[in-house]
Amino acid sequence: MAKIKVTINEGGFEREVEIEAPEGTGSWPKPDQMHVLGKRTTRLEAPDKVTGRARYTYDVNLPGLLYGKIIRSPHAHARIAKIDVTKAKALPGVKAVIVIDPNKEVTYQGDEIAALAAVSSDVAEDAARLIDIQYDLLPHVASIDDARKPGAPRAIPNRDNVGREERSETGDVNSAFAAADAAIDANYSTQVQTHVCLETHGVVCKWDGDELTVWASTQGVQGVRDELAREFGLPASKVHAITEHMGGGFGSKFGAGVEGSICARLAKDAKAPVKLMLDRKEEHLAVGNRPSIQIHMKAAGKKTGELTALETDSYATGGVGGGAGYPMPYVYSCPNTRIAKREVFINAGAARAFRAPGCPPAAYLMESTMDDLAEKLGVDPLEFRRKNDPNQTRQKQYDMGAERIGWATRRNKVPGSAPGPVKRGIGMGSGAWGGGGGPADIVTTRIHRDGSVEVLCGVQDLGTGTRTAIGVVAAEELGLQPHELKVAIGHTDYGPSNGSGGSVTIGSVSPAAKTSAANAKMQLFQKVAPSLGVTANDLSAQNGRVFVTKDPAKGMSWKDACAKLDAAGISAQGSWIPGLNSSGTAGTQFAEVEVDTETGRVRPLRVVAVHDCGLVVNRLTAESQIYGGVLMGLSFALLEDRILDGPTGRMVNPNMEDYKVVGCLEVPQIDVILMDMPERGVIGLGEPPVIPTAAAIANAVYNAIGVRVRDLPITPDKVLTALSAKAKEA
Amino acid sequence: MHPFQYVQATSLREAIAALNRSPDTTKPMAGGQDLLTELKERIAQPTTVVSLRGVRELRFIREGADGLHIGSMATLAEIEQHPQIRGSYAALAQAAASVGSPQIRSQATLGGNLCQRPRCWYYRAEEFHCLKKGGDRCFAVAGENKYHAIFSPGPCHIVHPSDCAPAAMALGAKARIVSATGERQVSLDDFFEMPNRNLFGENVLRPGELLAEVVIPKPKGTLRSTYAKFRERPSFDFAMCGAAVALDMDGDTCRSARIVLSGVAPVPLHVPDAETALSGKRITQEIASAAATAALKGAQPMTDNAYKVPLATTVVRRAILAAVQGTEAAL
Repeated sequence: MAKIKVTINEGGFEREVEIEAPEGTGSWPKPDQMHVLGKRTTRLEAPDKVTGRARYTYDVNLPGLLYGKIIRSPHAHARIAKIDVTKAKALPGVKAVIVIDPNKEVTYQGDEIAALAAVSSDVAEDAARLIDIQYDLLPHVASIDDARKPGAPRAIPNRDNVGREERSETGDVNSAFAAADAAIDANYSTQVQTHVCLETHGVVCKWDGDELTVWASTQGVQGVRDELAREFGLPASKVHAITEHMGGGFGSKFGAGVEGSICARLAKDAKAPVKLMLDRKEEHLAVGNRPSIQIHMKAAGKKTGELTALETDSYATGGVGGGAGYPMPYVYSCPNTRIAKREVFINAGAARAFRAPGCPPAAYLMESTMDDLAEKLGVDPLEFRRKNDPNQTRQKQYDMGAERIGWATRRNKVPGSAPGPVKRGIGMGSGAWGGGGGPADIVTTRIHRDGSVEVLCGVQDLGTGTRTAIGVVAAEELGLQPHELKVAIGHTDYGPSNGSGGSVTIGSVSPAAKTSAANAKMQLFQKVAPSLGVTANDLSAQNGRVFVTKDPAKGMSWKDACAKLDAAGISAQGSWIPGLNSSGTAGTQFAEVEVDTETGRVRPLRVVAVHDCGLVVNRLTAESQIYGGVLMGLSFALLEDRILDGPTGRMVNPNMEDYKVVGCLEVPQIDVILMDMPERGVIGLGEPPVIPTAAAIANAVYNAIGVRVRDLPITPDKVLTALSAKAKEA
Repeated sequence: MHPFQYVQATSLREAIAALNRSPDTTKPMAGGQDLLTELKERIAQPTTVVSLRGVRELRFIREGADGLHIGSMATLAEIEQHPQIRGSYAALAQAAASVGSPQIRSQATLGGNLCQRPRCWYYRAEEFHCLKKGGDRCFAVAGENKYHAIFSPGPCHIVHPSDCAPAAMALGAKARIVSATGERQVSLDDFFEMPNRNLFGENVLRPGELLAEVVIPKPKGTLRSTYAKFRERPSFDFAMCGAAVALDMDGDTCRSARIVLSGVAPVPLHVPDAETALSGKRITQEIASAAATAALKGAQPMTDNAYKVPLATTVVRRAILAAVQGTEAAL
């Protein structure tokens, strides 16, 4: 065994750890010898999804199923004075009622208080209203500004609203500002974004004696199993977690969650299976979000194009939770920096990991600053980036993206100078992400005597295409087509698996799938070799045939080869080995927008997204990841915003009417440019594409109108307000 | 939702009878696109719901010598696709087409659209016991009022959510209202009520009454109309600001005009000053701008919605110019 470093992910956040790895490294075929790797493979489950056969947690129905419901605080901050569940318990059809803590201090609207299970969701809803709860209201804080005021009430008991300052300093910031050719100084802010998974959080729990089966909408079946096993004092072997299909997690669905353990308790108490799926309002309030940031940014540079100094001072809030960190100065190198960050607690639902935590806001803040400073220095913003970005991949991406969008010809040399009320502009932004992966999954490949093949792994598919990727990797190894395999995933009984966070699934599971398929293939070769008068090492499998590598005419069809197996067929496992994946991706996006200066409308016209992910396993789903990331980024840039009512601390838009997510008319032309770097092995692409979009859009808006909107999202009211402030100045 | 008795009426007479058994606690349901959400959120808690789905005599679109008759149960999809409405009553077709999504428009009706309840986020959330629900304050005043009214006498600051109402008003529509004791016709100008007059509803319909039909007078051959709607999210949204414009043209000159705004007041807002600015004039950019400015005269923005003044000014100006051209405004 050798010691190596790999990136792992815990709860959505990445960490590098040293592990023991098997000796020897794997290698992928040369690109010209790939048959399905890197090609466009439609999803194995596509027919199930388009016909509605695919079973999501929401679709699980069992005989005698009960419906669970969580009773949540309508107040931002209160102490429960009295809770009486007598009437709810007495309502016909109510089978179980749980009070979480009769003296709980609730610290946000949506905080869990009690739960119940009933024969229908209507009865559950009625019963919830029969629970008599009296509150002693406590003063709340609903914004960073309120939380920071002297004498502000505490959001959380025994904890200051403003956390410890995290400070870092490099070089000599004061001298660098003094020696700079130009400097900028501005305040920015970014909003809270909620995950808006189309399938809400939730589980279905079923007990058989002391054995628990849980269908969960989760990013980690194994985490769900282990959490519930711990909570109920069960061996892991007695808990089974299943996620056949799921409708999005984006970092908010690790572990069983409060709703998972409540559902399991309700099912145990009621002695019947219980389904507990949250509704849209609960999704917005209680199961995670991307923290907001308020920042004061100062930057300085040289006319020769160097970024020489950066000084930032920020307050960020993840509601009652932490995790509001973000990288700064992110992708650029700056010799003199002074970075101060503080986390603030307010009475709102806790943040959770959200697709590239910290990075989309960081990119918006940093890229807006880069553009403004470049303009003040009289340097082309693209040149300014080339000068200050040490990453060689991104240097190439700058060229590719700039050429595609028409940077040299289409961009306004003087921002806002185009004639007429409707103006076009071009902007750009960049991002970086880790990815990675390591030993977590065990994949099993079974070859049956009739030639059929099953590939099994516990791992779940968040919708990214993991199932298909496993099929592609195994099919490449076996010389078959992915659609000829049955890939069974999303079940803890299928073996150990990784949690899908940090874009590490593809890097963890692909090597295991390859190893498993290779092991199975070798066993098959050993059975077949004698009949061809060679040894197993002399054989290859390609295009549905098994043949002698040096004499391809000598061989047989896959089916005939498998017919030589015993009735037991072959079952071979494989786990992660080094050499097949790596980490570290770069991305650059260019956007063109049209801004109507008389209505404030920002219309995205085109996004050019240039990304690398090492060896592309499935080009179709890789591109889908980029489309999805760009859409989420656009939505963050232009629409999404969790709005809290100051006087009550309640969210006014916990729905999909006023919490606005992009629809089909807001989607521009999206050009995906995938850089192939097969020599690096596979690297995840789930998170990177969401990072640069808002930055690129914001800079394009500035290039169009010559006015900077310093607060996301860039909605019509803010554009009009910024334009009118500028007009008043002039 | 609260349990309620569900009555499927098969005739107008039956519907009226059912509505009048206990008028104060009975709600009619047309397409259900609004009422169902109110029921689910427990904002409406009727003891009886009378479905009008089976009342065939309310589902028609008919052009007569006196104009266009649209039954209150005609769907928005039917209106948006109707050749005569698209031709002679363009503002109404455009307004219907701008509502919600295709799924919603195939269920939603004209009557329901005119009588829908406000979208104010305080009104719609069960936790906020606002004025309109019998509470003691309008939460929008000290709270989040980006989408609220810039023309309201108070004490409530909703905007009326209908797109079809301003379009029908601009076209001079009347409402035929049926009750147990007979029927009455009310100009749409008088149909909607400000909150200082009617806090718990938005129009003159009283319990037991039903909006049966909308009648739009036959336009002169020279009438050009359009409905311009600015949506924060174009795919699917209520109006942030909208303007219905109907111009009676004599060549390049405007004989008379009707202009009604959406998204700015608790009722579809008729703006006579803007109309005066157009009548007798050849419509140029400048005249359209002057009319648009007149339309917004007297606006009183709240803390977060001053942007609606320049936005609505643009919407009105572009709507006027589009109407002259016989096109739809680019927004």
